Amino acid sequence: MAELWFWMVAVMIALYVVLDGFDFGAGALHLFVARRDAERRQVLAAVGPWWDGNEVWLLAGGGTLLVAFPAVIAAGFSSFYLAMFLVLWVLILRAVGLELRSHVEHPLWRSLFDVAFFVASALLPVLLGAALGNVLRGVPLDATGFFALPLFTSFRTTRELGVLDWFTVSTGVFALVATAAHGANFLAWRTTGEVRARARRASKVLLPVLFLLWPAMTLATWAVRPGLFRDFVGRPAGWAFFGLALAGILAAEWAARRENDLVAFLGSAAWLLGLLAAIAASVYPVMLPSTLDASFSLTAPGAMAPVAGLKIALAWWCLGLPLSLVYGVVLARIHKDRVPPPAEGSHGY
Amino acid sequence: MDDPVFWHRLQFGFTATFHYLFPQLTMGLALLIAILKGQGLRTGEARYHDAARFWIRIFGLNFLIGVVTGIPLEFQFGTNWAAFSRSTGPVIGHTLAMEGVFAFFLESSFLALLVFGERRVSARVHFAASVALFLGTWLSGFFIVATNAFMQHPEGYRLAADGTYVLDGFWSYVLSGWAIAEYLHVMAATVVTAAFVMAAVGAFWALAGLFPDVAKLNLKLGAYAGAIASMLVAFPTGDSQAKLVARHQPVALAAMEGRFESGPRAGLNLIGQPNVSAGKVENAIRVPGILSVLAFGSVEHDVRGLTDFPKESWPPNVELLYYAFHIMAGLGTLMILVMLVAAFLQWRGRLFAARGWLWVLMLSFPAPYIATIAGWTAAELGRQPWIVYGLMKTDQGVSPTVHAGMTLFTTLGFAGVYLALGLLFVMLVTQEIRHGPPEARPLPEPGARLAPEPPAPKPEPPSGIPAPAGPLTRRR
Ligand code: HDD
Ligand code: HEM
Ligand code: HEM
Repeated sequence: MAELWFWMVAVMIALYVVLDGFDFGAGALHLFVARRDAERRQVLAAVGPWWDGNEVWLLAGGGTLLVAFPAVIAAGFSSFYLAMFLVLWVLILRAVGLELRSHVEHPLWRSLFDVAFFVASALLPVLLGAALGNVLRGVPLDATGFFALPLFTSFRTTRELGVLDWFTVSTGVFALVATAAHGANFLAWRTTGEVRARARRASKVLLPVLFLLWPAMTLATWAVRPGLFRDFVGRPAGWAFFGLALAGILAAEWAARRENDLVAFLGSAAWLLGLLAAIAASVYPVMLPSTLDASFSLTAPGAMAPVAGLKIALAWWCLGLPLSLVYGVVLARIHKDRVPPPAEGSHGY
Repeated sequence: MDDPVFWHRLQFGFTATFHYLFPQLTMGLALLIAILKGQGLRTGEARYHDAARFWIRIFGLNFLIGVVTGIPLEFQFGTNWAAFSRSTGPVIGHTLAMEGVFAFFLESSFLALLVFGERRVSARVHFAASVALFLGTWLSGFFIVATNAFMQHPEGYRLAADGTYVLDGFWSYVLSGWAIAEYLHVMAATVVTAAFVMAAVGAFWALAGLFPDVAKLNLKLGAYAGAIASMLVAFPTGDSQAKLVARHQPVALAAMEGRFESGPRAGLNLIGQPNVSAGKVENAIRVPGILSVLAFGSVEHDVRGLTDFPKESWPPNVELLYYAFHIMAGLGTLMILVMLVAAFLQWRGRLFAARGWLWVLMLSFPAPYIATIAGWTAAELGRQPWIVYGLMKTDQGVSPTVHAGMTLFTTLGFAGVYLALGLLFVMLVTQEIRHGPPEARPLPEPGARLAPEPPAPKPEPPSGIPAPAGPLTRRR
């Protein structure tokens, strides 16, 4: 049961990253791939119908974590208190920048909201990547099941930990590059004209950079938490997901060069999904490792809620998940055409 | 000042109250929009589509602010109420997650289609989108109300040895009597809100001589829906809530009513100020016997007063609780009167020309908002000092690692962010109201897909008012 719920949560978080990841990436590239007003609106119209539904994966994943592993939510959210509120406020900025931009026709207004959308979209993957870095590195959980962590200290990963250190900042930047490449593939696939041309160029630059950063990031993780790799080696699931990630990024590179936009997008999605799943396979059963004493770490069996309630949750999950997939398919059918630059003065994003 | 519990409560109360200002309109308006679209489809009259188009734009703005202010609430369960979440998560996590899975996915998938898709899909599909939004928003209201109802009157759980709550009976949790009564009352109040807002905009246009066709429609739907819903809010829904409170939270009822002494033939205070240290209500105007009837259905029934309970079990702020409850019930009564008169005038065909009553309608749209805030304050304060009624005290629920200063800091941050959001919202909604219903365009044939929209012609300003000037014109 613990393993099942661990994977449910892991898959939902990974899906969230893949889905909202392309929104972040599109936003992070917004100012560069779209220059004129019509092009900016084109980018917003491409992500517009999707972002809220994508964000719901975060809420649904969080809710599932609360049902299944309440101690993890309690420790993680309250002990990263300030960082959590930063994420919240930036999420607000992203949504407002995207949705309110085209409500007023003044160029100053639109520039302001473009920049807000860009800044928020670029910051979010950095913050969420740093959060993942913290989970990998470990936090000073003690016997109470909580911890206190300053925002930053000496930027080292041993003793006097801080939320930000060299490792978590690097995971944040890595996440930014990863989502930017993914977002470029999304825009190349969903748009036409100049925006598509620029997005394709961005993808051709970003994917090789990502391909080089990936081993570097792996080495850094090995330096910070060598035990992870010892566990990884013995887990076939981990190898399978690693294979998926490798195939994904290679396919993306190959397809981006041939301007096969859909395959490139699917490739970067598979890479993100495979990488996160490989990490999940290696950390299992630890959900939040303690740097003080391994016995304080929150593990899936240890933090799991009583089984009786989880059986009920499984029942409604089996009903809900197909439904949400159906909505996704309907949405994709409605928006199946590429988004052209909107006509001057038309109603929309 | 350095009591973290106080700041956590203030922060949650503030952010929840601000959030709720938006769903409150969203849910009621979703119903009215679906009605407008349905009528438009049935009759083929353009004015229904014009009105729906206008309200969908307001809906889109309102929805956005509701979404961005809802997410912080979800996070706060973990950040501010970690101990509460850790022990009750296995129960309340169900409804919180189900809200995402069953309601938010539905809403978010069809929102863009409703707001921007009218020219992209057939009229029938667009109507279906409005129904999807109606179902989605009303479902999300249900799940969150069920969560709240558990905190008010827990059912369907069992306590594990380590104090964790375990979900025992799914249906008795989700469909508890409290949840159903609370849901019906809350939903009726959202329809009241939407009806008042719709009627107020109609009244403004009527008084200003703008957009007469749509103004008439707004007044008609607003007055009829408002009259029905505002009666439903009081009876049976408000009444059944009051009976539940009397049965399960007798201390809260005593505090809400400013009742200090116990006894039969309990009177209802219409007006008066509670003086807690003296244990009485000053300047009371009291209708004898009514409280016994309202709470228990018989004049002779005993209603217990505050002095019957140990002081530690009293809600900590009796005065605020009393005023909040009386504001809600008082405004509720006034709103019934306002809407009954409006509906009568509408029925006689005189509302559109009744300038006096149009003024009343235009100015009374804040009433449902105030009543709702007061209602939540009454409910949440009345629950104190419990976070889960009778089981877990509020001060046992807070996060152990979060200090008062941090919560104060983030509360101030929210105050700033929400001020900006509120200003943006008011500015953009005002702009929409000034522009009025977007001009009718031919609806596409069912199933037809249109090329990118042609540039819209500049709208003719209706005679008598100056055209909106300046560069701050809105997209068309
Ligand atoms: C338009 C808004 C509105 C109006 C006019 C009323 N209410 Fe209300 N009331 C609410 C909006 C509301 C609410 C915001 O929706 C609450 C807060 C929590 C809840 O369940 O619903 C609420 C709660 C609430 C409670 C529960 C308090 C608790 O749980 O401790 C009672 C007993 C009533 N109401 C009773 C009434 C009565 C007798 C009314 C007679 C006119 C009335 N309400 C009008
Ligand atoms: C959206 C409508 C709601 C409003 C306007 C509202 C309002 C409030 C207010 C004013 C407070 C502070 C009360 C005090 O000073 O003690 C509060 C507290 C709280 N409410 Fe609500 N509430 C709403 C819905 C909910 C729901 C649906 C839940 C649960 C799912 C909830 C959970 C809480 C919690 C955890 C607290 C803090 C603990 C406490 O002070 O009791 N609220 N709310
Ligand atoms: C205090 C507890 C509450 C929490 C944690 C909460 C959480 C949320 C969240 C996360 C969203 C955004 C969903 C998205 O991204 O699409 C949202 C929106 C919404 N919430 Fe709340 N909410 C609370 C109170 C309420 C209450 C009491 C109601 C109604 C009775 C309500 C009704 C809605 C509706 C209808 C929406 C859709 C968006 C909108 O109306 O603007 N919420 N809520």
